[in-house]
Amino acid sequence: MPEPSQNFSLTLRVNGAEHRVAVDARTTLLDALRDRLHLTGTKKGCALGQCGACTVLLDGRRVVSCLMLAVMAEGRQVTTIEGLARGDDLHPVQAAFVEHDAFQCGYCTPGQIMSAVGAISEGRTGSDDEIREQMSGNLCRCGAYTNIVAAVRDAAAREG
Amino acid sequence: MNAIIGQPVSRVDGPAKVTGHATYAAEFSLPGLAYAAMVLATIPRGHVRSIDRRAAEAAPGVLAVMTHEDAPRLPYKQIAQRPQVDAQSGEQLHVLQDDQVRFNGEPVAVVVAETLEQAVHAAELVRVEYARSPAVTIFDAKQGRPPSESNAKAGRVPELGRGDAEGAMAGAPVRVEARYVHPREHHNAIEPHVTIAHWEGENLTLYDKTQWVDNDRKEIAHVFGLEEGNIRVVSPFVGGAFGSALRTWPHVTLAVMAAKRVGRPVRLELTRRQLYMAVGFRPHSEQHLRLGADKDGRLVALQHDVVQQVGRYEEYAETALSPTSHLYQCDNLHARYRLVEMDTNSPCPMRAPGVVTGVLGLEMAMDELAVELGMDPLELRLRNYAEQDQQKGLPWSSKELRACYETAAERFGWARRKPEPRSMREGGTLTGYGMATAIYHSDRSGGSASVALTGNGMAVVRSAASDMGPGTYTSMTQVAAETLGLPVDHVRFELGDTNLPYAPVHGGSITMASLGNAVVAACQAVQGKLASLVRAAQQGPFAGLAEDAVVAREGGLGRADGTGPAVPYAELLRQHNLGWVEAEGSAQPGEETKKYSSAAFGAIFVEVRVDELLGTVRVPRMVGAYDVGRVINPKTARSQCIGGMVGGLGMALEERAEWDARFGKVMNANLAEYLVPVNADVPSLEAIFVPNDDRDFNPLGVKGLAEVAICGVAPAIANAVWHATGRRIRELPITPERLLG
Repeated sequence: MPEPSQNFSLTLRVNGAEHRVAVDARTTLLDALRDRLHLTGTKKGCALGQCGACTVLLDGRRVVSCLMLAVMAEGRQVTTIEGLARGDDLHPVQAAFVEHDAFQCGYCTPGQIMSAVGAISEGRTGSDDEIREQMSGNLCRCGAYTNIVAAVRDAAAREG
Repeated sequence: MNAIIGQPVSRVDGPAKVTGHATYAAEFSLPGLAYAAMVLATIPRGHVRSIDRRAAEAAPGVLAVMTHEDAPRLPYKQIAQRPQVDAQSGEQLHVLQDDQVRFNGEPVAVVVAETLEQAVHAAELVRVEYARSPAVTIFDAKQGRPPSESNAKAGRVPELGRGDAEGAMAGAPVRVEARYVHPREHHNAIEPHVTIAHWEGENLTLYDKTQWVDNDRKEIAHVFGLEEGNIRVVSPFVGGAFGSALRTWPHVTLAVMAAKRVGRPVRLELTRRQLYMAVGFRPHSEQHLRLGADKDGRLVALQHDVVQQVGRYEEYAETALSPTSHLYQCDNLHARYRLVEMDTNSPCPMRAPGVVTGVLGLEMAMDELAVELGMDPLELRLRNYAEQDQQKGLPWSSKELRACYETAAERFGWARRKPEPRSMREGGTLTGYGMATAIYHSDRSGGSASVALTGNGMAVVRSAASDMGPGTYTSMTQVAAETLGLPVDHVRFELGDTNLPYAPVHGGSITMASLGNAVVAACQAVQGKLASLVRAAQQGPFAGLAEDAVVAREGGLGRADGTGPAVPYAELLRQHNLGWVEAEGSAQPGEETKKYSSAAFGAIFVEVRVDELLGTVRVPRMVGAYDVGRVINPKTARSQCIGGMVGGLGMALEERAEWDARFGKVMNANLAEYLVPVNADVPSLEAIFVPNDDRDFNPLGVKGLAEVAICGVAPAIANAVWHATGRRIRELPITPERLLG
């Protein structure tokens, strides 16, 4: 059985690009993204799967990257906040967040946006109540919730 | 040019935040960065008997283990005049300087390793033996003592009053008396506290989560006996703070020591659990109120005692008596503030420190008085409207609270409220309407900014300010753009760096009233400087003109008499072969505090729905109307207000540190068990700004916004719960077990 501190060299596919990265068995996907790949748009809020700030898409599905080990993500498609915009053109959800002022400090925002992108693509944003429910895994301590609902509703309508 | 101040401009830093490119403190990438992890004490009081660090030192990747046994002895020089954000007396925590344990969670060791995983693992291998001493871990209001002289001098007074409260109370025909409990609460900003310390020779750079880079630098200079000039603090984005990042906490000192020890940059990031011990919190408080009124509802006597917890090693105190001193007209007042020493980490400011507590008690007691009088709660407030600050004996610089009441009541539909409790029922759901007043005193402080006009038409405005979320980047950009006559996208505001002109603390809702006026002054200074240059030139459109003949207009300079076109700044720079021109400006509080009392006001109306069988409280809607003076940006201002409502909802219904008195520690130190509002808790929030422009308080006419937005929300909800159920829950949060109990 390998030691927990054993180094693993693996390939992470993030936002369409392949990255060779050395991690140990305990390295979470979140810490690999932030500290090894310097993709710091994905935020660490609690490291316990409770706040949603680290939400990314794994093969298109929402996951909290703090509860996933980096080695478990090998061979899968990871999409982070850095992978949404096309150059200077914001993704519709990103644009809607700016338009509706759906954040203040901005720290929970990447996780909120990734959750919204996932929920919209899963067709789970059909009503305000459904949006509130789907977005309730992402804490916003600045309290921008009603603006987040407006942004997600708007973006879902534009994409739909 | 259209007005820019007052426009709902989208955040200028919005694209950076939504793309993940805004760089928060933990995210600065430095070559050779090492990672630190703390070991925290597990007893509430005593001393460290022994530390076995061998296993930790032998663990893979470990660069250093530091404890009080080998940490450098630091000078910890006293700051001549302590900043308001610090505890005003006692001894700030001296980290790793001796074997004493002052509270559960005090750092006793720090481990530095090549990776975060290695550091965290090695920290768990450090074995610490403790000798426990008797500890005070139970709050006993009877043990309250007055705050120290230094706290009193800083405005946290032990008593205040006027008239004869005792005598008038005895003669009052209508009286209410109640005790309210407000639990220990934690800021829980989503970004954890974090510091990267980087030594380069004698120079130290800190990438830190802080609401005040200039003070962070000063504190660390004093702790280490360094020159401030050798320290730079960088903090361009702050992921929420709510007061927890006002002062410099011991982990910053630890990071600096650790970086020195290993000779590499070190990052020390607190875990979510550690945030309940290694930084501050809103202290537990208990308050006792007695209100006496005549039969028409006019207050004739008011007695208010507030008792709060405080740590034992230093004394942090709050202005909890401030709202009672001036919110209502009452000739006979006595208020008292006491502190109960406990073995805990030190509390600290949390959004509207003290005031939110005082408002809670006062506004719940006013509701109880309205019931006793058989009077509408709003009418009771209007009958006791304070036309001046009676305690200070000064007129308000402005006060549009009446308009707040009227606007919010109308929008909410307060007239539909049936006075009797339990009278608005639909099936098993009881609906209740409640309201409360909000107030927060408005302050100003001195600050500076610089403005550079550049050849490409941009203006770069700089100040060592902070933006923890309210929108400093955006609102300051608007102030500068309007003053310079430039479009918003031709102005860039830079903040969060001690290399920039001095800024005051980003807290207490003072940023715009303080620094906004400095930005105006800096813009005017650079316009004046450019005008001097072009007047003194041999040629050009303004060569040789008198000083008062050239003025700023339309994004450039023009003749004061209005003849000829205005010439854009950038064109003037080109004409005179200047790359840029730069000037600094500052603003200080003036004589206004001698002439006026200033405060922001609000009126909050809420509807609750209570499931009678389950005891669950939902808040389908809140309406708040606010007098915050002039509003620079209604979009971001509205976000602050709805954010305050959400914070107040958490305070009323969810938030509470579960305290284990056996160990003197918080048991629910995580975001699954310390409950905060989630999206599904918050359906409809409305914030309205009543028109005002308080030029008597400061030239920009703003009063301040962040704190007032959370005041009054929790009592309005508690009052609505009474209206729904007939149950007066006087201890927050209003949980199902309390409602059913």
